[in-house]
Amino acid sequence: MLIEIGIELLQLLVVMLGSPLLVGVIQKAKARLQGRRGATIFQPYADLRKLLAKEMVVSENTSWIFRFTPYLLATTMLLSALIVPVLTTRAALGFMGNIIALMYLFLLGIFFLALAGLDAGSAFGGMGSSREVALAALAEPTVLIAIFGIALRAGTTSLDGIITRFSAEPLLMLNAGHLLAFFAFFIVALAENGRLPVDNPATHLELTMIHEAMILEYSGRLLALVEWAAAMKLFLFLTLLSNLFFPWGVALANTPLTLVTAFAALAVKLFLFATAIAIVETSVAKLRLFRVPELLAGSFTVALLAVVTAFFIR
Amino acid sequence: MTSLLQYLLKTRVATESLKPGDGAQIEVIRRQIDERARKRFGRSLHIREVDAGSCNGCELEIGALNNPYYDIERFGMHFVASPRHADCLLVTGPVTRNMEEPLKRTYDAAPAPKIVVAIGDCAHDCGVFSGGYGIAGPVSAILPVDIVVLGCPPTPQQILLGILAALEKQP
Amino acid sequence: MIDSTLMAELLIASVACFGAGAVAALAAARCPSVARILGHTSSLVGAVAAFSLGVSGLAGGSIALDVPDLLPIGGAAFGVDRLSAFFVVVIAVGAIPASLYAIGYTREYAGKSSLPGMAVAFNVFVAAMILLPLARNVLTFLVLWELMSLASYFLLITEHEREETLDAGWVYFVMTHAGFAALFMGFLLLAQATGTMNFIQWGAAAANLDPTLRNLIFVLLAVGFGSKAGVVPLHVWLPRAHAAAPSHVSALMSGVMLKLGVYGLVRLAFDWLGVASVWWGGLVLVIGAVSAALGVLYALVEHDLKRLLAYSSVENIGIILIGLGAAMLFQIHRRESLAALALIAALYHTLNHATFKSLLFMGAGAVLQATHTRNMEEMGGLIKRMPQTAVFFLVGSVSIAALPPFNGFISEWLTFQSLLLSFQISAHTVNLIFALGVAALALTSGLAAACFVKAFGITFLALPRGAAAALAREVQWTMRAPMALLTLACFALGVAPFVILGLLDATTFDLMRVHAELKFGWSAVVANGGFGWVAPLWIALGLVAFLLAIPLALRLLGANKQRRYYETWGCGRALQTARFEYTATAFANPFKRVFAPLYRPVKHLDIEFHPESRYFVRSIGYRHEGRLIFEDALYRPLLRAIQALAHRARVLQSGNVHGYLVYILIALVALLILTV
Repeated sequence: MLIEIGIELLQLLVVMLGSPLLVGVIQKAKARLQGRRGATIFQPYADLRKLLAKEMVVSENTSWIFRFTPYLLATTMLLSALIVPVLTTRAALGFMGNIIALMYLFLLGIFFLALAGLDAGSAFGGMGSSREVALAALAEPTVLIAIFGIALRAGTTSLDGIITRFSAEPLLMLNAGHLLAFFAFFIVALAENGRLPVDNPATHLELTMIHEAMILEYSGRLLALVEWAAAMKLFLFLTLLSNLFFPWGVALANTPLTLVTAFAALAVKLFLFATAIAIVETSVAKLRLFRVPELLAGSFTVALLAVVTAFFIR
Repeated sequence: MTSLLQYLLKTRVATESLKPGDGAQIEVIRRQIDERARKRFGRSLHIREVDAGSCNGCELEIGALNNPYYDIERFGMHFVASPRHADCLLVTGPVTRNMEEPLKRTYDAAPAPKIVVAIGDCAHDCGVFSGGYGIAGPVSAILPVDIVVLGCPPTPQQILLGILAALEKQP
Repeated sequence: MIDSTLMAELLIASVACFGAGAVAALAAARCPSVARILGHTSSLVGAVAAFSLGVSGLAGGSIALDVPDLLPIGGAAFGVDRLSAFFVVVIAVGAIPASLYAIGYTREYAGKSSLPGMAVAFNVFVAAMILLPLARNVLTFLVLWELMSLASYFLLITEHEREETLDAGWVYFVMTHAGFAALFMGFLLLAQATGTMNFIQWGAAAANLDPTLRNLIFVLLAVGFGSKAGVVPLHVWLPRAHAAAPSHVSALMSGVMLKLGVYGLVRLAFDWLGVASVWWGGLVLVIGAVSAALGVLYALVEHDLKRLLAYSSVENIGIILIGLGAAMLFQIHRRESLAALALIAALYHTLNHATFKSLLFMGAGAVLQATHTRNMEEMGGLIKRMPQTAVFFLVGSVSIAALPPFNGFISEWLTFQSLLLSFQISAHTVNLIFALGVAALALTSGLAAACFVKAFGITFLALPRGAAAALAREVQWTMRAPMALLTLACFALGVAPFVILGLLDATTFDLMRVHAELKFGWSAVVANGGFGWVAPLWIALGLVAFLLAIPLALRLLGANKQRRYYETWGCGRALQTARFEYTATAFANPFKRVFAPLYRPVKHLDIEFHPESRYFVRSIGYRHEGRLIFEDALYRPLLRAIQALAHRARVLQSGNVHGYLVYILIALVALLILTV
């Protein structure tokens, strides 16, 4: 029991401390592809440290919701880190929720972030909120149908169960449906984390912003929490993509050897995903906002195909 | 798409290293922040650029800071869209009367600790526009400026050295 | 064992309270405030008695009460079993806060409407609703149904000085009686086919019915109950009625009255007729999915707060019907334990919707009382002027968006689990329907979150957009207390669902004779032996723990605590007014564009130019409205056809007495031929 709690804390630490590194790796990869040296991969840590030392400038129009939201965002991400099998399927608190509960925890964060965007009474914030909830709502069917596709093959919606099942029967993954579900989920991961081609995280034009527009009013420790929560969300989404669809390396029992292997495997998989995202972001242009629903509808069709193949190939 | 990918993967890193000096004329006016803040900003500085009525010559040079040759990101510096996220205000132009109030509000909107770097001869003493009817005054008359980088316009390397001088950091 | 005499006493006490309330209100007609307080307090006591009755019924008690001479053809018959008791609890959960709320809220109507009349109608309305699930006899049911409709009609047209209210009342009246006609026909056909008017005997007898007749009865009764529940396309009365009614009545109509339609459907499918064909479940699921999606899509583009909540009720009834349809499909494929799971999900959502919809409508009523407008475009900044109402409305919004740790999350989670478990059926069409149900439910839940970000955000946050909102004040305690009660209920149902799940499992066991594929303890809920699990209490504890730990950790890290208040960043411009805020119409714009084929929006742009030059503009008016496709495509042509038919039938009304005598002769002869 104690071992499992300890491992759960270890997973939490990996997510807490590893997420800025993931963002740093993506930035570095993008810089290299753009032909420049770029900041170090530890730059996000420096950014967060500096933000914690700055004062908070809060708009007079806001209410307690504005100040509460960054804490809630970080909280939902930390709670999700306890549920997602980052290193092992035998974590102490994995029973708290299955993959559907996880998706609703993410939605809780988006709900309050959208409220915080409206709270300052600026047009940028309102615009960001409106677009963010619209895209989140349109991405939901894809996510759940992709989950349906996975659950059909794995026979369960619990994250630990899915990984255990796929690890035990690798043939289940050599399946067109599996790849289709992966592709759909990848598009959703890009959309939910504000990555190109849905949203440009590095843009300065407010009219093109979605996620950034909601956080224009934040400063100091509040901004640090929001940025950190966003990094953790990206980390968790990529971990889900790695461990659910390619579960090689995930520890099925809690021994030191399996945990070290799991850590190494996760690092390799996340590095590959980070590079893939960097390549996608450098080579693809941002879609016009009202073309994004078409992209999401396309990913929904792909997910539905995954479900259909799962039904017909049984 | 594949030809683009091939191009991207074949491109070498083109960043040039920054040599100290480089003919930069930097004036240190004050030091608004303490040692600890300077150290922290040395690792991570977020910059908000404000055009207080310039001819955009300085903006072109500042814009060049983001390209692979000058690459401002390697110093941990990064341009941001909102002054709430900013640690450093990069101000150009003689401050016109229309921009005097917005410039003050931008400064007030930025959280402490913060520094102000004025770029260009116009920001220093209104340059060729001094005495004009639309000018409110140089940047130092409106905001507490840390560093002024002289030049019309200063080169990107000189701008970089100016910002680094504000942080007392060697390139 | 629950004492059945105690239950009978509770039932009689409850009815007596409502009766006393109505009588007292009439007696004190001279003094309206006394009538108001007496009438609604009495209703409150009656509702509490009904709640106790329901709880004892769920715990296992059951009674049967016959009052032979009260009604013709068999007298009035009442009985309590678990399903009826559950619905009585649902109604009481809505009625108790509504009665308390009404005491303060109806004060607004002093001098404008008859307060004693409102109190009387309120008591009759609630009494009829409480007795309705207990009816065991066709005529009892129909009489109570009609009483409920009439009482609610009179409550609806309280503000009869407004054109909009009378229009809403008329549409409600016609639709409810059209539904009643369908119900009447269905019941009489079923009674004739089975040979008895008593509900209890229908279950056994219905198995021998002729299939076509069974289908016909199902369609008729489904239409009747569906129109009361407000499913698409029979929902057109809902937005009008719930927006026009006084807020405590809207809370009851939306939170509780719609559930009686659901009650009828559950009884129909699992007790009276049983599920006889696959397409019944498929139809219910598809209609549920369509209602859910369309309901929330229409809610998104509303800027009248109460109409938004009304359309959201359409959405939630759709979700309940998705669960019900899934249960019916599982039942026909002989997977009764999964059917029980789906039915539990649907019933749980029924209870949850009663709590959070009542809460939301009461919040909207408080806002309406404080600002005298329902238009969200004129609200804003109310969180600072009405802080407690804002918190209650926020909890209601988070609950209806199905977010942890509140109750909406649990029932939607259960609905998803039951839909995902459909892979255990091997029939491709059914699998496809279930898959589309999953997609529709997912889309609905995302859009509902968006809708309530808009509802709460535009109404309560940022700066006031109109003068009335700037002067709003917090409402009195009699209106805040029921909202606080419902907030606690939302939290309790979300964090400790095992209490209700136990009672619901017993209820479905009574109906289906098997236990659901569900295990639940104080900490976790497990579906289908490990197919999915969730631990709501742990999630709530986790949220609280981290929310407390993060500030502590930041303090230990020495993070800067200083906070400075300054204006919102507006690019340095000199002025920051409410005109720069996002409006409700703007917020809904992405949805209007993405779903334009559904809304078919019409843009109105009115530009007033300066008289001396077209280069200067005085004002710009912009309206971007969606059209209601069901009214345009379905109802107007239907009404036109009926009117054309009626026009042609005028020929029969010749005005000639001799002609009419001939009609009577023909009718008499025809009747004689038919019967003899």
